[in-house]
Amino acid sequence: MTTAVSLQQVSRHFGPVRAVDNVTLDIAEGEFFALLGPSGSGKTTCLRLIAGFDQPTSGHIEIFGETAEGLPPYKRNVNTVFQDYALFPHMTVAQNVAYGLMIKGLARTEREPKAEAALAMVKLSGFGSRRPSQLSGGQRPRVALARALVNQPKVLLLDEPLGALDLKLREQMQEELKALQKQLGISFVFVTHDQGEALSMADRVAIFNEGRIVQAGTPADVYERPRSRFVADFVGSSNVMSPGFSAAHGGPNAWTSLRPEKISVLKATQAPGTGLGSADGPVIAMHYQGAVTRIVIMAGDTRLTAAIAAGAAHFAEGETARLVWSKDSLVAMESP
Amino acid sequence: MTATVRGSYLFYRRPGLLTLLLLAPPILWIGIVYIGALLALLLQSFYSLDDFSGVIVREFTLKTYGELFERSNIEIIGRTVTMAAAVTVTSAVIAFPISYFAARYARGSTKAMFYLAVMMPLWSSYLVKVYAWKLILAKEGIITWIAGELHLAWALDALLSTPVIGGPSLSISYIGTYLVFVYIWLPYMILPVQAALERVPGNLIEAAADLGATPKQTFRTVILPLALPGVVAGSIFTFSLTLGDYIIPQIVGNSRAFIGQAVYTLQGNAGNIPLAAAFTVVPMLIMGLYLAMAKRLGAFDAL
Repeated sequence: MTTAVSLQQVSRHFGPVRAVDNVTLDIAEGEFFALLGPSGSGKTTCLRLIAGFDQPTSGHIEIFGETAEGLPPYKRNVNTVFQDYALFPHMTVAQNVAYGLMIKGLARTEREPKAEAALAMVKLSGFGSRRPSQLSGGQRPRVALARALVNQPKVLLLDEPLGALDLKLREQMQEELKALQKQLGISFVFVTHDQGEALSMADRVAIFNEGRIVQAGTPADVYERPRSRFVADFVGSSNVMSPGFSAAHGGPNAWTSLRPEKISVLKATQAPGTGLGSADGPVIAMHYQGAVTRIVIMAGDTRLTAAIAAGAAHFAEGETARLVWSKDSLVAMESP
Repeated sequence: MTATVRGSYLFYRRPGLLTLLLLAPPILWIGIVYIGALLALLLQSFYSLDDFSGVIVREFTLKTYGELFERSNIEIIGRTVTMAAAVTVTSAVIAFPISYFAARYARGSTKAMFYLAVMMPLWSSYLVKVYAWKLILAKEGIITWIAGELHLAWALDALLSTPVIGGPSLSISYIGTYLVFVYIWLPYMILPVQAALERVPGNLIEAAADLGATPKQTFRTVILPLALPGVVAGSIFTFSLTLGDYIIPQIVGNSRAFIGQAVYTLQGNAGNIPLAAAFTVVPMLIMGLYLAMAKRLGAFDAL
């Protein structure tokens, strides 16, 4: 498989701040790749290095085998969908979309049908004569998308493009983006701080923390086998057990992660069953969340949370509950 | 319940009333003092002066406007408009890079220095500045001296011997008038252009580059169109201030009159208020035409 974007030991320092710190990363052609991390973790800076808005302090960037550092953005065959879309306010939607083609010197008669086709692709046919200010919140990212895709980039960079949308619209756009990426077969590099978004859309995810990639892999990989407490907590929620607690409850003698939905909850009088790990403790909170209820207990001084189907069990606060899990669900981690 | 409390509830229930109350004084001020005076002026321009008695005939006539088209008056108007256009274009050309630097690159104390440098000339008296320029431009002034020291006196002489714009010295030529106009009005161009450039989001410039535009193309297709309302605002200042000014050409320049001087003389010594009024309508018409043209060309599309 061809490598679309390759970052080799790339760092970007702003004075003493290491915004991107020794990042190595390969993104394949046609891959949907998510850069996931909390704000300030370096994922957007990484994207800006690929786009060319910023230059690395050290390291090497290649786009389809071509050295990219030192190359200005207008010489790179990548396009960006900006976080706040950056639509040109003095142009119509059609002029916005056709901008890249106009810059390339295409005649009006050539670029107008292409722009219209790009607008149709993002389901905005007939909106060409509007101004960006006349569009709704859900239409603006579509224009930004059409404006980038009309140039037929080999890599599309997306900087939290759905961050400003409400939940319903966001879910709809996620589906459409994923379908569009499959249809076009180009690489998408997608920056987000929303782990649900990253897991549901991406082929592979790189998780950023403090300028470094702490883990990369398929969504199932990073969710099922977090290598550190940070990943376990940031991607979904997790119960992190100390080596002592884990070993005492049938797990490995290491920092261990256990997902809440892998735990079932019994009354203290019920036997846990053979070959299962378990812990008892008083219930300190029940959080009703619609589809699931989260039950929090204190097992000694370790706090454990179980997620069960709503209504599957009821406990009063302070009542002792028995949490039971399969030992396969325990994931030993490399670092706390 | 006391009356004051009831009064404050009244404004709470009818917020429009409070707005009206707050707006009434400025509306009255603008309506009577400003627009009223303008209408009175307009009315005067439709009267005429009796040539023999020197008395103003208060009857509607277009005779006074007809007088505007006399050769000497047309020359005054042409001269003033040409000067105003030259001053405006020059101010825009000088102001743009300064404003661009201030808006995009200057930060913190550099920016404070910029504001200080642009605003400070506005704090000192206009007359002092114009007289200072008269000395600078005079035949015995520093420019002549520097040109002599640099053995460039011939260049200065060549410039001054240019027909129409030249003269016996810089201070007695259109070149001098033009230089002083540009100096005096430049801040009024810089500030609105800088404000407009300040409002151009940085990510639009990145987006243009991302879509393949070189810095030059980005400037032409994104930065300039978005800064245009600022340039138009600035040019309204420089253009109309030059159109109406009568002090600068009086102090620095030759004896040929500008609109402002014509108005000053007509309403003073000559007592020809109708023609003075007709003269002042000219800049208003020109500004109206200018704005209509700017709007047509899309200068305000980004607003």
